[in-house]
Amino acid sequence: MSQTARESMEFDVVIVGAGPAGLSAACKLMQQAEAAGQELSVCVVEKGSEVGAHILSGAILETRALDELFPDWAERGAPLNTPVTQDQILLLHNQQRALKLPNWMVPKTLHNEGNYIISLGNLCRWLAEQAEALGVEIFPGFAASEVLYREDGSVKGIATGDMGVGRNGEANDSYMPGMELHTKYTLFAEGCRGHLGKELYQRFALDRDADCQHYGLGIKELWDIEPSKHSPGLVLHGTGWPLSDGTSGGFFLYHGDNNQVVAGLIVDLNYSNPHLSPFDEFQRLKHHPALAQYLEGGKRVAYGARAIAKGGFNALPKMTFPGGLLIGCNAGTLNFAKIKGTHTAMKSGLLAAEAVFEALRQGDSGGNELLAYSERFKASWLYEELHSSRNFGPALHKFGQVLGGAFNFIDQNLFGGKLPIRLRDNVPDHAQMKQAALCPRIVYPKPDGVLSFDKLSSVFLSNTNHVEDQPCHLQLLDPDVPMQHNLPRFHEPAQRYCPAGVYEVIQEEAGKRLQINAQNCLHCKTCDIKDPAQNIRWIAPEGGGGPSYPNM
Amino acid sequence: MKILVGVKRVVDHNVKVRVKADGSAVDLDNLKMAINPFDEIAVEAAVRLKEAGIASEVVVVSIGPEKAQDTLRQALAMGADRAILVPYAGLSEPLAVAKTLKALVAKEAAQLVMLGKQAIDDDCNQTGQMLAALLDWPQGTFASELKVADGQVEVVREIDGGLETIALALPAVVSVDLRLNEPRFASLPSIMKAKKKPLEQVTAEELGVDLSPRLELLSAVEPPVRQAGGVLVATAAELVAKLKTEAAVL
Repeated sequence: MSQTARESMEFDVVIVGAGPAGLSAACKLMQQAEAAGQELSVCVVEKGSEVGAHILSGAILETRALDELFPDWAERGAPLNTPVTQDQILLLHNQQRALKLPNWMVPKTLHNEGNYIISLGNLCRWLAEQAEALGVEIFPGFAASEVLYREDGSVKGIATGDMGVGRNGEANDSYMPGMELHTKYTLFAEGCRGHLGKELYQRFALDRDADCQHYGLGIKELWDIEPSKHSPGLVLHGTGWPLSDGTSGGFFLYHGDNNQVVAGLIVDLNYSNPHLSPFDEFQRLKHHPALAQYLEGGKRVAYGARAIAKGGFNALPKMTFPGGLLIGCNAGTLNFAKIKGTHTAMKSGLLAAEAVFEALRQGDSGGNELLAYSERFKASWLYEELHSSRNFGPALHKFGQVLGGAFNFIDQNLFGGKLPIRLRDNVPDHAQMKQAALCPRIVYPKPDGVLSFDKLSSVFLSNTNHVEDQPCHLQLLDPDVPMQHNLPRFHEPAQRYCPAGVYEVIQEEAGKRLQINAQNCLHCKTCDIKDPAQNIRWIAPEGGGGPSYPNM
Repeated sequence: MKILVGVKRVVDHNVKVRVKADGSAVDLDNLKMAINPFDEIAVEAAVRLKEAGIASEVVVVSIGPEKAQDTLRQALAMGADRAILVPYAGLSEPLAVAKTLKALVAKEAAQLVMLGKQAIDDDCNQTGQMLAALLDWPQGTFASELKVADGQVEVVREIDGGLETIALALPAVVSVDLRLNEPRFASLPSIMKAKKKPLEQVTAEELGVDLSPRLELLSAVEPPVRQAGGVLVATAAELVAKLKTEAAVL
């Protein structure tokens, strides 16, 4: 399996990841080429078995970027079926009581008039159809596993992973070596905590001048509910119970179409109690009357989880480097004040496409640092939007939900996000974990199998599959850390923060060991983010592996 | 020798399907669809025969929706030469598929038809047998080994309790089982090339076949939920009590 055996292909632009950012960039590139009458070859590689298979989001869509890309999206049949009709914000005091926030107290950014409740997976499936019609080559089932560099250190493209490699690293009968994709410019749109993006951050010191990134873990379920309880367009957001002890986060429940609702919980990954299990917090949350009133009598049909990058403006890295750009959540363009990242990710893709196409049209042969992208970014509404929300997350982290919420109300509603202060929050999430012995244990109620469930039956609904005979894609940099460091200090928190039950501590005669059930992995990246020793490295498994989310 | 391979677009084997709320059918909205795994094995076997110089051309056929073009492109990326889609939006039934394939065999003058032993959505396992009967050709079903030489096909069949080896005179119909081969991954260049290979649409009317269903789907229900395996008791006395009262076996 020497790397010299790999074949290569040439494209003008290679995009890593068929999410909203990558597909928007692909469409925009082709639209410009078509308008200019220029030949352009654009290729998108996607690790999921199909476009949309690994996409998971709330999701409420603000159409601003989509309007720019396809003003006629409605005629083109974009899956935006449910306009938001009503916003409710709830503060849960305890497992029974909730306070509904009056409308005037809600930060402006959390108003959703004019937005749509969508499945981001389905939007991406639709975007992929538009892209293919424009001539983009989309390759689902091919994971970008490696960044390729030119001799001058600029990014030359990517290599897809080898297929048909056994657990022991040896090629098996169906072995197919990866392919090198050489290109003038590579757009990295892997989503939050992309593994190639992580390498680029380090290699080009992209986050040198940024605050450290902060993350949340979003867990989401899709439910069929009784038609009498369904009110399409109703949007519920809330916070409070069951999160406590300084753990912040928020839940959502959206009434979509087809008598379905999506319910989810985002737990900020800066939590400090290692006994916390985001999965179990979400399961017990569903028993609160505020949610249960809709879910009771219904049936859960899908489950999934994904980390989100919520550091916002202050954590934005440099997004340019020789030969490539970071876009979307790979850079961290999500607007946490709106809890929305789709329109911002799409816009970053559009800006990248403009910068790249302009360079290519002027005869750029590739490999340069496209500073024009940074300029376009700074001149865009995206910059303006992220800048005005820059204090939202840090305020919650610093002052807690109540005072932070009050600050956000004043900042967003009275000053439009223009208060001349910059709150900063520079402790990385993984460094926040306190010793297990110093933290209260959390006893979670047993799932009842009606509203709440265990991890395995949940993972079952994510249609997750990885070819069994392949090397483990969750690598421990030091295999001794879990048992010698994480277990005594933090009671190995991976057992609890992983929403898919990948990590298990097994008692054997020879002692305890960490078992990694990599085939369950939902590709949420939480372990890569939250491991207190930063000892877990998520790399791409064989292409096509992972969840197969429908309608998520 | 020209080989005709039937491929069906089915819901991906990793996806857990569920029944629509009204019980009318299985809900396939936005689910990942894929080439029927047994058909993929048939494509692989046919392509290997072509690579070995035994077959002259491999033609893949699907009867299904427009989206079945993706399924055919996948077969083309594996090495089939060209594809034919017979558009049909409804649920295709084995007899209708067999009649369509029969018409295509005549049109293409194929000497060997290869199919998966069954589709993983309806699990019918009928099309190959029906087609052989309609054509009055010999059939080798459940093939786990295959040799073609001197106008003969030698098929090792997986049967209850063992293996059976039969020889068929060409032309013939072969349906394949899981162990015949492990299909290849399609490479990026072959996927790109496949987009340029010919994909022809032929309507059922042109073939003189009626695809309208002869079966009516009355209802779809999910399998009953399995009850938990057992109850954990604290003491032997409790066990005896439960055996007496609840299980009523003592």
